[in-house]
Amino acid sequence: MSAEVEHIDNQNAPAPAPATNEIVVEMEHLSKSFGTNHVLKDINLKINKGENLVVLGKSGSGKSVLIKCLVRLLDADSGKLIVLGKDMPSLKGEELNEMRTKIGFLFQSAALYDSMSVRENLEFPLRMMKGQTPEEKTKLVTKALKSVGLEKAIDLMPAELSGGMRKRVGLARTMILQPDIMLYDEPTTGLDPITSKEISKLILQVQKENQTTSIIITHDIECAKITANRILVLKEGKFIAEGTFKELEKSEDEWVRSFFE
Amino acid sequence: MSKILYLPASMEDFFLEVDALSRFTGRFFKTFLKPPFEFSEIIKQCFMIGYKSLGLVTVTGFIMGLVLTIQSRPTLARFGAEAWLPGMVAVSLIREIGPVITALICAGKVGSGIGAELASMKVTEQIDAMEVSGTNPFKYLVVTRVLAAMFMIPILVIFADGIGLCGSFIGVNIMDQVGLRLYFSKAIESLDFVDVFPAFIKTFFFGFAIGIISCYKGYTTTKGTEGVGLAANSAVVLCSLCIFIIDMIAVQLASFFMN
Ligand SMILES: Nc1ncnc2c1ncn2[C@@H]1O[C@H](COP(=O)(O)OP(=O)(O)OP(=O)(O)O)[C@@H](O)[C@H]1O
Ligand SMILES: [Mg+2]
Repeated sequence: MSAEVEHIDNQNAPAPAPATNEIVVEMEHLSKSFGTNHVLKDINLKINKGENLVVLGKSGSGKSVLIKCLVRLLDADSGKLIVLGKDMPSLKGEELNEMRTKIGFLFQSAALYDSMSVRENLEFPLRMMKGQTPEEKTKLVTKALKSVGLEKAIDLMPAELSGGMRKRVGLARTMILQPDIMLYDEPTTGLDPITSKEISKLILQVQKENQTTSIIITHDIECAKITANRILVLKEGKFIAEGTFKELEKSEDEWVRSFFE
Repeated sequence: MSKILYLPASMEDFFLEVDALSRFTGRFFKTFLKPPFEFSEIIKQCFMIGYKSLGLVTVTGFIMGLVLTIQSRPTLARFGAEAWLPGMVAVSLIREIGPVITALICAGKVGSGIGAELASMKVTEQIDAMEVSGTNPFKYLVVTRVLAAMFMIPILVIFADGIGLCGSFIGVNIMDQVGLRLYFSKAIESLDFVDVFPAFIKTFFFGFAIGIISCYKGYTTTKGTEGVGLAANSAVVLCSLCIFIIDMIAVQLASFFMN
């Protein structure tokens, strides 16, 4: 299912997905319901190492639920889920925690810890890395904040930040551990076009530098255009279309095409 | 049948709640002995619980002692037994009023604080964020708060007892002239191991109840932002109720074993 990217139309084109066939995430017949609300019905998905996968779908179609199932914040009802070669549903306790440090999750709401300053927020994931001096930590924190353009906000509390700033701090906090897999839940929603573009480029940069595999959930078609190696469209609990940006833009299906207008 | 606000509406709900709370408590015991221990967070929570309630506990403790003394005097005076006043007040303060009133005050202050804090963390996905960053949020948030409440409530109670005795000393001196040394030697003389020990032990249970119930209410809230207020409110109601129930059991047990 490796994506062939040929639509390099500007300098923002995503890094071509590496030709390796190392599959990082695999889902088969995954389903998830809340009572009678069948959110995910039959999800099949394979993601290669270093690939940027964009998921499109209407509000309420279950995109957030999909990536929450991936990190086991929600437990899928049935189906196969293999992440980095491990069978996720069978992981417990410490194993699961260790696996989770390899996965970065940007929440739709940013989910900053209210009682901690920006610095403490970013240092929190570093707790899991043992044997780091405070200087090293500060260095990592400043570097991460710099990449989202917020090095001045380091000593502010989350309540003092604007919505877009919170999002960017959330992004910095997610990236600080340089995880193998990044899950972005609407990284550019609520940001101005310029910042959005910067964030999209940042996602690309992370992909190139660290060989990160990413799932990007977005409504922002610009962001999808810049970051996507491959796009999947989610509707009624299933993926109904798959392809590169160029391919889906010219899709036969009017409903799919309507995303790109 | 009239519904009591914030108490489970039906028997079924009540038993479901008891079940969920006991599972939550079970999870606490399973988690709290496993390393890593979050010492710095426990210290921080001790500070939050202890230091922040200190003012409130001081004022209520003082008033408790003062009022109890002034109110008891006429009854004792009728038997010409005013000399017993310090002893009587000391016994009632330390056996019963000090622990229960202080625990109730803390249920209001600490219980609502923890309930609201954890609930808002839950509804804004902060607890989820902790979980995906590889930290066990139950250990980091719940275990630390429950242990801190268990350490601090007894200390606050002892402190309130002390302040209460000072209040009582002033109460005695409104009508009488009793020296500080005489007063305290009389008060302490009247206290027995049987008075002090069970009263001290039960405060740990008060602390545990306040910690675990308010954490449970906050940690398991579901209904969005509305749930935050609800969690704080029901945490206080349930904590207060449990304090009385624990007190009742403690008194029965103490009289069974100590006599
Ligand atoms: N914890 C939950 N309990 C019950 N139902 C839930 C829960 N989380 C999500 N749902 C339901 O799952 C469906 C999909 O939700 P989800 O948050 O995944 O949507 P989404 O595709 O991310 O939408 P948006 O683009 O608006 O963020 C919704 O109908 C929602 O009601
Ligand atoms: Mg969503």
